[in-house]
Amino acid sequence: MELVEAIILAVLAASTPLLIAATGELVAERSGVLNLGVEGMMIVGAACGFAGAWLTGSIFIGALFGIIAGTLMSLIFALMALGLAVNQVATGLALTIFGIGLSGLIGAGFVGERITPAVHLYIPVLADIPLIGRVLFGEDGFVYFSVALIAGVWWFLYRTRAGLILRACGDNHVSAHALGYPVLRIRTFAVMFGGACAGLAGAYLPLAYTPFFIPGMTAGRGWIALALVVFSSWQPGRLVVGAYLFGAVTILQLHAQGWGVGIPSQFMSALPYLATVIVLVLLSRARTGGSTAPAALGTVFVPDR
Amino acid sequence: MQLVLEKRAERSGTIALVSPLIAIGLTIVTMVILFAILGKNPLLALHAYFIAPLTDGYSLQEIAVKATPLVMIAIGLSLCYLANAWNIGAEGQFLIGAVAGSWIAVKTQGTDAGAWVLPAMLILAASAGALYALIPAICKVKFGASEILTSLMLVYVADLFLDYLVRGPWRDPHGFNFPTTAEFDPVATVPLLIEGGRLHLGSIIALLVVAAAVILLGRTIKGFEIRVVGAAPRAARFGGFNADQLIILTFAVSGALAGLAGIIEVAGPVGHLQPGISPGYGFTAIIVAFLGRLNPLGILIAGLFLALTFIGGEQAQIAMKIPLDVTKVFQGILLFYVLACDSLILYRFKLVFPNRQVTRGAG
Repeated sequence: MELVEAIILAVLAASTPLLIAATGELVAERSGVLNLGVEGMMIVGAACGFAGAWLTGSIFIGALFGIIAGTLMSLIFALMALGLAVNQVATGLALTIFGIGLSGLIGAGFVGERITPAVHLYIPVLADIPLIGRVLFGEDGFVYFSVALIAGVWWFLYRTRAGLILRACGDNHVSAHALGYPVLRIRTFAVMFGGACAGLAGAYLPLAYTPFFIPGMTAGRGWIALALVVFSSWQPGRLVVGAYLFGAVTILQLHAQGWGVGIPSQFMSALPYLATVIVLVLLSRARTGGSTAPAALGTVFVPDR
Repeated sequence: MQLVLEKRAERSGTIALVSPLIAIGLTIVTMVILFAILGKNPLLALHAYFIAPLTDGYSLQEIAVKATPLVMIAIGLSLCYLANAWNIGAEGQFLIGAVAGSWIAVKTQGTDAGAWVLPAMLILAASAGALYALIPAICKVKFGASEILTSLMLVYVADLFLDYLVRGPWRDPHGFNFPTTAEFDPVATVPLLIEGGRLHLGSIIALLVVAAAVILLGRTIKGFEIRVVGAAPRAARFGGFNADQLIILTFAVSGALAGLAGIIEVAGPVGHLQPGISPGYGFTAIIVAFLGRLNPLGILIAGLFLALTFIGGEQAQIAMKIPLDVTKVFQGILLFYVLACDSLILYRFKLVFPNRQVTRGAG
């Protein structure tokens, strides 16, 4: 029983950064922008988030630093890909390369330092319910926030007029422009939201997952978040399922290493990456009838004037 | 009043030529600001980065050694990018090439195997790199899976596989438990060009690859098809060019070149297989490909320039305690500026006055 509870807690912790980062990217992609710089924005968010928390002693301010850092990174992307109409794939790659270097530079002074990680909030009485109590009502704030975030995004995309306009930009930017909507401005906001989420997801790693900063600690999570958006068919509901499944794979391989299954640990560590490839192939194959991706995803838009 | 982009009637040849230079200029200005923020003398830092490595023979050789893998990988990537196929997993193909070639070196160690060892290593490494690159290519062509994500995921897999081999079955029994194979035998080592120097045969191979790419792109039908499929996919379809086949081909070629670069690095400057054989060559090569405008000769120059920043970065770290990460920041900023300047080949800035726009809309 204790073990089951521990595993579920670990799965939630491993899934949360993926969920937050993928939620932001989902909104950006729904507006028609493919930002491949998630990994770069996350790792800068991780470095700045740790710096913020270490300097002020507050996890909340650390998270805020992460959000601001991710947003600033995404503004570079918006300036390039939206303002200057540069190829989005190349710009996203540049953002990741730049972010990895920048995070090393920012984080260099903090390697080896420790902070007190985000506390788990125990909701009185409810958290004492056997089995599900601690799992549902004894998480850190990020976990609750990530669930609220994806629910909010679902409501925004499907239940508000602004969400409808954002999706219209992603499906046909020429029509949206003809109707008088400021396509580039809407996309800029979507990209900034994506950056804020990626920054927060990155900050989660040193603030709650492990209480210290290591260079390169995102370890490809930004790329897995990108794959999750494809996995979800750009739908928030499926994104939740995907994120928790991937979190489960990650934790499963960690535990399997601990149990000493006899398989070299490197092979187990490769599992999440291999799973991503296999899932991408299976999903793309199942969808040969027609793509569910936003129709204008990744295409350059320069309005006629 | 508003500043907006406007499409040019035709691409600007002048800007196409000078844009890499503008980009380098802007990068250097940005670096001066960054050095100042870090509290280092910008002029001394720039000297350490760009001038000092050019002043002694050892560093010059070292630049050529570093440029060798960058140029080889970037040439392959440029073919992919020209054909609009996004291979960003060259780092993984590099590692798999290194592993495959090392297999022969490890198995023949201490035997009296002859001169066939090195050529066999090179061929096996290129084949393994090509096969590894074919995984994302086939997933793309057969199943429509994003080659960007699959090729990148396979980098992590390759890295872990190499790690397993050098910590497990291939570890040097006399290596004090360090994760490395034993030093390769002389027959399994890339020969040096200058006795006692650093320059090795790999640099010659890289030059041959550049020459081959010049001929492929400029003088053959296949090269023409690659360029058309990327630049004008519709025209290519009407022309009956098979885009899927070109994705497979360009991925295989770029994988082979990355694999070859991998074994040359291991059997050359490094001398044995160990984790961390690449300081991100596969990713830096993406910058080299774009900075070189996806043109073989441009890539040769860009590769030497990026190699200079690696060596310069090391010297700046030793001489001025400038962190090595500055080099990565520098490379990222450079790629931003290159892409931004390239945008001006197709577009130009224009001032728009909103009120005039309204009149036009009404009329």
